[in-house]
Amino acid sequence: MALTNEEIKQRLVEQFPEVLQEFEEPYGMLTFTGPRDLNLKILQFLYDDDRLGFRFLTDLTAVHYPEKKDAELAVVYHLHNMRENVRIRFKIFAPVSDPKVYTATALFATANWMERETYDFFGVEFVGHPNLKRILNVDEMDYFPLRKEYPLEDQTRIDKDDEMFGRGPDRMIHQ
Amino acid sequence: MDEQAFKERHMRLSRDSVEKETTTLNLGPTHPATHGVFQNILEMDGERVVSAEPTIGYIHRAFEKIAERRPFYQVTPLTDRLNYCSAPINNMGWHLTVEKLLGIQTPKRVDYMRIIIMELSRISDHLICNSVVGVDSGAYSGFLYVMQYRELIYEIYEEICGSRLTTNIGRVGGFERDFNDTVFRKIDKFLHEYPQVLKEFENLFNRNRIFIDRTVGVGPISQERALNYGFTGPNLRATGVDYDVRVASPYSSYEDMEFSVPVGSTGDSYDRFLVRNEEMWQSLHIIRQALDLMKKEPPGVYHADVPKYYLPRKEDVYTKMEALIWHFKIVMGEVDIPPGEVYHSVEGANGELGFYLISDGGRAAYRLHFRRPCFVYYQAYPELVKGALLSDAVVCMSSLNLIAGEMDA
Repeated sequence: MALTNEEIKQRLVEQFPEVLQEFEEPYGMLTFTGPRDLNLKILQFLYDDDRLGFRFLTDLTAVHYPEKKDAELAVVYHLHNMRENVRIRFKIFAPVSDPKVYTATALFATANWMERETYDFFGVEFVGHPNLKRILNVDEMDYFPLRKEYPLEDQTRIDKDDEMFGRGPDRMIHQ
Repeated sequence: MDEQAFKERHMRLSRDSVEKETTTLNLGPTHPATHGVFQNILEMDGERVVSAEPTIGYIHRAFEKIAERRPFYQVTPLTDRLNYCSAPINNMGWHLTVEKLLGIQTPKRVDYMRIIIMELSRISDHLICNSVVGVDSGAYSGFLYVMQYRELIYEIYEEICGSRLTTNIGRVGGFERDFNDTVFRKIDKFLHEYPQVLKEFENLFNRNRIFIDRTVGVGPISQERALNYGFTGPNLRATGVDYDVRVASPYSSYEDMEFSVPVGSTGDSYDRFLVRNEEMWQSLHIIRQALDLMKKEPPGVYHADVPKYYLPRKEDVYTKMEALIWHFKIVMGEVDIPPGEVYHSVEGANGELGFYLISDGGRAAYRLHFRRPCFVYYQAYPELVKGALLSDAVVCMSSLNLIAGEMDA
């Protein structure tokens, strides 16, 4: 029998009662949130369980939500069960003041560079990572560029009126 | 910075590099064998590689950040510059992602047109990669044989969208214009001439004693390690795993096509080479089917009927009020974008190319992340070349099909 989102959800909730939240299925992909100190346990269970078997880490990245207090940084894992061809998305949230998350490198070799990239751009500190240093940006950089507080355009420019083009007045400077 | 500190930082020459028994060798960032800007710091014991440390990011252009400011249609030219050997696949992968977010259903004819272009670019990517494996192992002539056929493919792109390398081909919802007669003529010419050249190319390489000696057993990887390292595409299939996004999660009507997924067994450079060659044959086969299927569809349909998202024709903008309104709304970003998050992947020329798009209903993406296949699998390189000869490390690198633009985003 094919593995359904319903079954995955059921197995997860049985194994981790009351800690997994926000089960959704945007565009058919089961998405859920877990506590950040349990991320390895959950990934390990998803990996080991015979029925689930999510053994392929497709993607790992982060998203910055500055307005979510104490949960500003979301680390997003995209996992794939190639046998059943089912994908899931697993998120954990960490505060930007203490962005520590356990590394998944012991489980997935591919997480090594993905976590380095996530650290490079968002400053998520992966505890236990063998070589956590910047990968795409220069080593001397002292900020994390994909965080939302760094606007893309030079904020000192006054020759451009972005009222029509921007993403809202709060992200623009009005002289 | 004093001289010693400079050397340590930029040349990675440690203080005791003279006394130690191994030699540090910088392969790259601008080395003819890397075929792109990335560096490998190799520790060599004579001719053998003891360890390798890849350094990337030399051409990082912050696409993910830029995309947070740009409307969706302005992100397409950024995707060109990921894997620039097969830019149309990236373009269409992006369009398909946006269409998934917006819920746009494209007509079958558009799907087939896309398949033709995507398979042509797969051929152009594979032929570069495979012929460069030849160049790096001392067989330059194969490269010259096939290179002119990439030119034919680029002429087809040029006829469709006006550009050659960074194509920006198509739009969200379809194409900007229909294929004209010249396009079909050029595709027919390519389909007629290329098989003979590919056959000749295979004759030069597949049973060539020198080539086999240079590639068999070079940079092998097991299925388990390849999956653990996140390999996808021809490099994964060379290990024997038949994972292909076109088959596993068909997009753009790939389910209508009949083709086989070639797999290797040992995952070494030779298997990767053979898998790519066979994929070119399969791509030719797919293009022929798509051309036939296209003829059965109503002619003249080259985009989905979505006036909210697809820019109207210029003639209509100047003469019809409706078209003018939509043109204005689309350009000024006043169309509704649904909030949501979507992951969509296509089978890029070197693996699963994924787009993770989060929309907050704004004009641009809230967050866009590219899953770039060669960024993911390049980290396996030290494991692949450990203990190998330096010359084998070079062949292994070119057979992985590493594209600096895609790695660095």
